[in-house]
Amino acid sequence: MISIRNLCVELGDFTLKDASLDVEDGEYMVVVGPSGAGKTVLLETIAGLFHPRRGEIRLRGRDVTRLSPEERHVSIVYQDHALFPHLSVRDNILFGLRMRKTDAKQSRQAFSRAVELFNIAALLDRDPTTLSGGERQKVALARALCVSPDVLLVDEPLSSLDPRTREEIEAELQRLHRALDVTTLHVTHNFEEAVALGDRIAVIGEGEVKQVGTPEDIFRKPNSEFVAGFAMSRNIYPGELCAADAGRRGFKSGNLLFYLENGNAAGNRAVIRPEDVMLLPREVLPNGGNTFAGEIVRIADRGSTLYVDVQLPPVITALATRHTFREMNLKTGMRVGVCFDASSVHVFQE
Amino acid sequence: MRSRILPRAWLKGTFLILGGIILLFIIAPVGKMIFASSPSILMESLRDSEITSSILLTLYAALLATVIGFVLGVPLAYLLAKTQFPGKKLIEGIIDLPLVIPHSAAGIALLFVFGRNYFMGQAFDGIGIRFLDSLAGIVIAMLFVSVPFLIDSAKEGFKKVDPRLENVARTLGATPWKTFSRISFPLARRSITAGCILMWARGMSEFGAVIIIAYHPMIAPVLVYEKFETYGLNYARPIAVILILISLVVFVVLRFLLYRRERS
Repeated sequence: MISIRNLCVELGDFTLKDASLDVEDGEYMVVVGPSGAGKTVLLETIAGLFHPRRGEIRLRGRDVTRLSPEERHVSIVYQDHALFPHLSVRDNILFGLRMRKTDAKQSRQAFSRAVELFNIAALLDRDPTTLSGGERQKVALARALCVSPDVLLVDEPLSSLDPRTREEIEAELQRLHRALDVTTLHVTHNFEEAVALGDRIAVIGEGEVKQVGTPEDIFRKPNSEFVAGFAMSRNIYPGELCAADAGRRGFKSGNLLFYLENGNAAGNRAVIRPEDVMLLPREVLPNGGNTFAGEIVRIADRGSTLYVDVQLPPVITALATRHTFREMNLKTGMRVGVCFDASSVHVFQE
Repeated sequence: MRSRILPRAWLKGTFLILGGIILLFIIAPVGKMIFASSPSILMESLRDSEITSSILLTLYAALLATVIGFVLGVPLAYLLAKTQFPGKKLIEGIIDLPLVIPHSAAGIALLFVFGRNYFMGQAFDGIGIRFLDSLAGIVIAMLFVSVPFLIDSAKEGFKKVDPRLENVARTLGATPWKTFSRISFPLARRSITAGCILMWARGMSEFGAVIIIAYHPMIAPVLVYEKFETYGLNYARPIAVILILISLVVFVVLRFLLYRRERS
């Protein structure tokens, strides 16, 4: 559907070098990366608003690299929604149909379908500047989808919204995608948003596409420190593969030995997600396997959960629930046991 | 140690007095002139065809200059606001040049191009337009000195149009022309209107450049000068008052438009 080959974009001090990415028909792809990674530029390049220095963009097999935006059938929804402030909500939505000179009957159908889909009939005569963030988002999406684009590009659709509206629009995007099956490329800096919405995720950073995969892949099997760090896998250890006892494979990092599940992992970094690390009282720590004892050096409260840093050494971070926190009466300076499954250790080559 | 900050009341008081002096300096002549003239003399002046035709000529010539400025200046303003190209700063400087040239000197400079013996003068002569002592001469003089106001104002207006709005319009199927006519222009319209009024008002009040190129037909500022030179203060005053009143009306409309723009 969307096929990006060796795309190179230069804009001021920002460059996207040699980016390649494929998005399947009807897929919801989330491009995630830190602020300033050029996510918006990538979208604008796909939309034809920005010319790449090199590379090729194909939509439905058609090379569109040199086409102007109005010839691409790609709709874009910006973070600030970019509703036309001098037009009513109705005229905003009708804008694309008018520009594309859609015939009256088809146009009426597309319009009422979009209005119904987003349930915005009550807003049609309003001035867009008077709408709430969530309402603006719906109108912007309705306007973008009304012209039946081949591809929908959404730029940080949730970041400017308050938490409750955020969940509402997130659900809306999911519902929408199921209903319309339109190929969507969504960019965000928020990893949780990417996991919640993406069929697949592409992580970009330092001007490159670092990894593309299912949320599970990116979460569990990062291919680089950049991706692991971005996916908030706080525990990343350098080391090397080795043979452990009883014919099992292990990963040696300093004085520590992690047992690995039998797989074909190879590499010089091991990563363990904080939510896979369990905290136990030292007395009940089982023998063998990935079990260690250490001292709590820091507790970071995140409200419903807490990050607990345990100095083994090195430091390993565990994600604890409020319940565990209270039950174990965790505090800094306390000695505790940590354990995790062999299947929680993922090895990659940096 | 006592506070070294100037006490508020003192600062405010001093500044109010200083500000008041300059304010009075502006209000006094204008106010006195308007209120000291008897309405009957003003009405009589308005019946004098020499005066009314010169006022109409002034308004008309300034309007023509504004229309030409609009057609030629707005596209340039758009380019300056929306595109990057080498030499842009230089062009912006050139546009503001008429603001710093003494206007009588500007008139002389225009004659060197539009005079009958010079290039543009000859070119236009071919289609029957002469500039010396003619409406066309008045128009180019006004255009020269007042077009920077329109271009600068339109440029600021286009700059304020979020490029994302134009981007969205393009992706929705609008050609660059449609994007300009449906999005950029309507959104910058207020600034452009304000620029047009400012340009018109500035053109109307032009004297220096016009008098060099076209003493006749006499525009109102020239007529005021002529009456003053020939007959003295009392004969010049009624026309001057009418001119000021017209300028005031234009000015109030302009402020109103600008105010609305700031609010939106």
